[in-house]
Amino acid sequence: MQKLQKDILTLLRRNARVSNQEIADRLNSKVEKVAASIKNMEHQGLILGYAAIVAEEAETDKVRAIIEVQVQPDRDSGFDKLARSLARFPEVYAAHLVSGKYDLRLEVRGNSLQEIASFVSDKLSSQEGVRATATYFLLKKYKEAGLEIGKDDSYERLKIAP
Amino acid sequence: MNDSKSPRKWIAEHIAALPKSGIRDFFELVNSMDDVISLGIGEPDFATPWHIREATIYALKQGYTSYTSNLGDLRLRKEVCKYAAANFALNCDPEQECIITVGVSEGLDLLLRAVLNPGDEVLYHEPCYVSYAPGIRMTHARPVPVQTYEKHDFVLQVEHLEEKVSPRSKVLLLNYPNNPTGAGLTLADKQKLADFVIRHDLLLISDEIYEELNYIPRSPSIASLPGMHERSVVLNGFSKAYAMTGYRIAYALGNAAIIDAMMKIHQYSMLCASSIAQAAALEALRHGASQREQMRQEYEQRRNLIVRRFNQMGLNCFTPRGAFYVFPCISSSGLSSQEFATRLLHEKKVALVPGSAFGACGEGFVRCSYATSMQDIETALQRIGEFIGG
Repeated sequence: MQKLQKDILTLLRRNARVSNQEIADRLNSKVEKVAASIKNMEHQGLILGYAAIVAEEAETDKVRAIIEVQVQPDRDSGFDKLARSLARFPEVYAAHLVSGKYDLRLEVRGNSLQEIASFVSDKLSSQEGVRATATYFLLKKYKEAGLEIGKDDSYERLKIAP
Repeated sequence: MNDSKSPRKWIAEHIAALPKSGIRDFFELVNSMDDVISLGIGEPDFATPWHIREATIYALKQGYTSYTSNLGDLRLRKEVCKYAAANFALNCDPEQECIITVGVSEGLDLLLRAVLNPGDEVLYHEPCYVSYAPGIRMTHARPVPVQTYEKHDFVLQVEHLEEKVSPRSKVLLLNYPNNPTGAGLTLADKQKLADFVIRHDLLLISDEIYEELNYIPRSPSIASLPGMHERSVVLNGFSKAYAMTGYRIAYALGNAAIIDAMMKIHQYSMLCASSIAQAAALEALRHGASQREQMRQEYEQRRNLIVRRFNQMGLNCFTPRGAFYVFPCISSSGLSSQEFATRLLHEKKVALVPGSAFGACGEGFVRCSYATSMQDIETALQRIGEFIGG
């Protein structure tokens, strides 16, 4: 990846709403160049999308859970086939293959406990290759996407200092 | 005033004669107003990195709350010397050539008091930090400012030094990267200044508090150049690089005789720097490199943006090599720097510091700090643009 792309990504990852003008000014580049680079990364699939980072009370999905999934890997495709198939369910918000005691880590979201429970029992557990699951409902959010929640920033600096 | 009843009669003459800092009046004015966006703040807008604050709390819990050695905790001095060797090519003995001070301000005060006799002259450049001339005067020595110019990127020129050097000259005081201009020295600049210092048998004081906020390739400290070690003291600290201004923790590196003389004053006046702040500084040096670099990069990008915007609005702005200030020229507005700053404050509620606060040759310029949030920088720049346009 070129340096400009990397620098743009660093800024977008921090604030996806930063203007192309600000990016260009920060990086000593041109607005047109920045716009083209972003478009390019979108086309290449390097940038998948843009989303808001919200506080607990602004979550639109009421219930969220982490599910650990133990998998019997497939002889031909390893974990990929099953993982991709699970990732297709709209309830699955994020899916990762992980090291450690289990294999796949899913984050699932829904509007009620029942919705998630039925996803686990009807769709997930019944998949061929799924050996065991463990579901952890998320109770409270302290930090997301690098941002602390409920942090007290009330300290004020001097207005003029030498 | 000859009123023998006035308590003013108790004030020492040389202190009574000291002018108040130009920043002070402006500070009072800004403080009396609400909703001001300030580009006038000479300290990082980042909170101290959490691992450093956490180490501070741990030091308290462990009861690390006693006096330390006068020179400072040896573990910290060793870490400072290791860091200076790796980053400034400066090799100092932690046992004898390093002292931990309460901010660079204390380090400079100790140093001036340790080396100056009444009547000695100190050469330094203007524009410069507001404390230099008063600090020199408080030792009964004589401040000899030498002007620097935008056409030289605010780098002190040897020919201008030659005009001011005299048999009473004892010290050359430098501050690069510079507050307020953001100027910095290349290796070639450093070599020329070092030659001058050696030629005139001067002591060099190099205030390098902004050294970590450098936007040009790093070069060895001027104190590390051949023939300079025995005639140099470098002052640096943790305030700017690690966003630790309130900790008041810094260090001086130099030859053993001068550090020893500084220590004498320090032991009678301060005893030692805060033990807790020393613990925090140790943590900063051991584990602070990556967040320090992140902050540096953020400042560098803000610098790019703010320089470009000032130039676009027709205020010629030199591209700083370091620190977190820009020093745009406002003479095209037809206003003095004081008028510009005062009217901008009243009409647009944006605070910046008149260049004249940093020496007479700062007239025609203003200092804008970009150690503030991008949102405030954007709003301030927009209002400055309106102010000039209207």
